[in-house]
Amino acid sequence: MSSEVLFTIEDLEVSYGSIAALKGVSLQVHKGEIVTILGANGAGKTTTMRTISQLLKAKSGSIRFKGEELTKMPAHKVVKLGISHSPEGRRVFGVLTVEENLLLGAYTQSKVNTKTLRWVYEMFPRLEERRKQLAGTLSGGEQQMLAIGRSLMSDPEMLLLDEPSLGIAPILVKAIFEQIKEISRQGVTVLLVEQNAKAALKLADRGYVLDVGRIALEGTSAELLASDKVQEAYLGKKHE
Amino acid sequence: MDIFLQQLANGLTIGSIFALVALGYTMVYGVMRLINFAHGDMVAASAFVGLTVYTQVMGQATSLFSVIVIFLLTASVMACVGVLLERLAYRPLRDAPRLSAVVSALGASLVIQNGIMLIWGPRMQIFPELVPQVYWDLGGVVISLIQVIILALSLVLMVGLYLFIEKTRMGAAVRASSIDQDAARLMGINVNSVIALIFIIGSSLGAIGGLFIGMYYRGITFNMGWQYGLYAFIAAIIGGIGNIPGAMMGGMLLGLFNAFIAGYISSTWADAFTFILLILILIVRPTGILGERVAEKV
Repeated sequence: MSSEVLFTIEDLEVSYGSIAALKGVSLQVHKGEIVTILGANGAGKTTTMRTISQLLKAKSGSIRFKGEELTKMPAHKVVKLGISHSPEGRRVFGVLTVEENLLLGAYTQSKVNTKTLRWVYEMFPRLEERRKQLAGTLSGGEQQMLAIGRSLMSDPEMLLLDEPSLGIAPILVKAIFEQIKEISRQGVTVLLVEQNAKAALKLADRGYVLDVGRIALEGTSAELLASDKVQEAYLGKKHE
Repeated sequence: MDIFLQQLANGLTIGSIFALVALGYTMVYGVMRLINFAHGDMVAASAFVGLTVYTQVMGQATSLFSVIVIFLLTASVMACVGVLLERLAYRPLRDAPRLSAVVSALGASLVIQNGIMLIWGPRMQIFPELVPQVYWDLGGVVISLIQVIILALSLVLMVGLYLFIEKTRMGAAVRASSIDQDAARLMGINVNSVIALIFIIGSSLGAIGGLFIGMYYRGITFNMGWQYGLYAFIAAIIGGIGNIPGAMMGGMLLGLFNAFIAGYISSTWADAFTFILLILILIVRPTGILGERVAEKV
């Protein structure tokens, strides 16, 4: 694993009105890594992702990507910089076709990269079969594939994946996680938010555990898998 | 039969005007989920701006060139006013509760209406005869040149808008923003530019609608925006608010309906029947004719 730091969050604070959602989160992602953020509901995982994409504005702290400060940037510029976000709940454009969704993913590109489109269709052949179908008619798992495929269309350097396993049949979760590995192999750095801690840690190089707006634990995946705290809180102790 | 054909021609003319104005309501609603109540008054204002361009800029010339300049200049002025309106009255309230924006829209409507009154006075003004009064008598049905122009130009503009939205990259950005603004931002779409763009398009089309009203009815008053705005708004709802082809269809339908009520029953009853039609359509199809039933996001 190369040790070049691609992305840093320092002391990030975000609040919704008077309610603090993030109370000083710091983390680092190296180029080429898969890093996962674990945590219970309401821990601040999605808030972290939305703040990176600038859909939410930070109260204080800094987010830097390749040396550029993101916190004062409008959301659409973040995409241009090379960060693509596949949001929680998929958020595909339901009344547009699968292909129209993918092409919108390439909105920042002056020309649609047909190689990327090919690659997405190879990873998720279902999308190609259904490319003329409205995205809203796809199953949850297929919509998740579409959301991930769409976010790859901008040829990002770093991909933010927010709960790709949420509400999806286990067999599709497995397929999707395999493709995340493939995405990473192609050189895309991945920041993955998950509630499914076991699956996420199997996939990731390192992880952070978020607890009510603070980083409670961090370490390599092996360390986290072995830690009592993670075992108890997320892996249901010893009995699976 | 004569009455039928005559009212068909009249209905298509008014319908085109309703449709042009309805597009402004529906596009803004589509992206911002906001009823821009000031839109009707913008339409009224355009008739007065057109009048001023005619007298002050074009020296009361009615040549083809002059008419083109009046249209382009008025549409540009109103496009600027539209962008300004969004900046001042709606953008600061983007994250506020929806009711605040509605109140702001009503306020903007009053400001524009009273602005027209202060600038051009409270009395009815006569709009110039920009197009010669040519009539064709087609066996009992009389069609005027102005009707043909209104219908033809409206159709061209609507087809153009439809192609723009469906076939271009910017059109795709508009569609994406109207489905899900945050998801559109994640695609790298500048939603603020999209909103500015729909105000430019909506206000320009409304301006052309306003000029048509002046040319067709001749008498223009500072408060006429209320009436035309209401009709166009109803047209947008009938077609399915937020839906662009819906607004075009709703406008045409409403124009025809109005003309037939006026022809066969009585023009004094046209308003009442219009609202009965609206209520009936909303009972049968609450989302309008082309409106989609959208499930709430989970």
